[in-house]
Amino acid sequence: MKSHVIVFPGSNCDRDIAVTIKNISDNTPEMVWHKETSIDTSDLIIVPGGFSYGDYLRCGAIASTSPIMKDIVKKANDGVPVIGICNGFQILIECSLLDGALMRNSSLSFICKDIFIKSKNTNSIFTKNTKIAKMPIAHNEGNYFVSSDQLKKIEDNDQIAFQYCDHNGNINDEANPNGSLKNIAGILNKKKNVLGMMPHPERAAEIILGCDDGKSIFKSFIN
Amino acid sequence: MLAKIHITLKKDVLDPQGSVIANSLKSLGFEGVNDVRQGKYIEIKIDDDDKGAATKRLNEMCEKLLANLVIEDYSVEID
Repeated sequence: MKSHVIVFPGSNCDRDIAVTIKNISDNTPEMVWHKETSIDTSDLIIVPGGFSYGDYLRCGAIASTSPIMKDIVKKANDGVPVIGICNGFQILIECSLLDGALMRNSSLSFICKDIFIKSKNTNSIFTKNTKIAKMPIAHNEGNYFVSSDQLKKIEDNDQIAFQYCDHNGNINDEANPNGSLKNIAGILNKKKNVLGMMPHPERAAEIILGCDDGKSIFKSFIN
Repeated sequence: MLAKIHITLKKDVLDPQGSVIANSLKSLGFEGVNDVRQGKYIEIKIDDDDKGAATKRLNEMCEKLLANLVIEDYSVEID
């Protein structure tokens, strides 16, 4: 498997996800600096978490204008799998690969804790191997919002990837850490080859980290 | 010319920061504070002789980068 991890100034989960991919697939991802203008043929492009450009203007807004993003958008539209985690999700939203917006958490606090997510879509390459999974979130702007018209389109097209739930899989307000509409923790594009998610599967991908549920997201990519 | 741009959350989007500010103002004793909406203010010095053309470019800037139209409204004023 050939994979690529995009590195922006302020990315801080780029090496974690590279280690995860190496551990599960035995292939070391290529790290791509955001100033590059193109990526080779890729089986998986990862836009990692962090604080690209110090979250100036809006989280992910400045990174979405980086030179590499044009090629990522093109490849995503051609069907190449792309995953954006945390700040990566914010970047994919800002470059319009995914619908909606990620607003400040309703509590107005940075939240760093383990949560549970459940797959809503069950047949995409990213979601089909995950039922209920535990992994951490660590963000200040993860409160997913989308207009009611757009939400209907997303639901009708089965684009909700993950929802926050309790350890039994119940989706309710208590299990919603940040005020996200419909407990949405991750969404897919229309073609289902692009995933954005706020939780960090790469931080829960080895038992030594306390849990390896996060590996399930990448199971489809293991040779 | 100098452009002054205001960006605020759309009316139907909850603004928790605004609510907290409203509560603080009330606790300081300011009466009649009903609704607070907070946002961003951006100044841009722009080279353009034609106000109409400048406004068009500034609207484009807001739509492409400065505002997130899913959740935010913007207004452009030129001095």
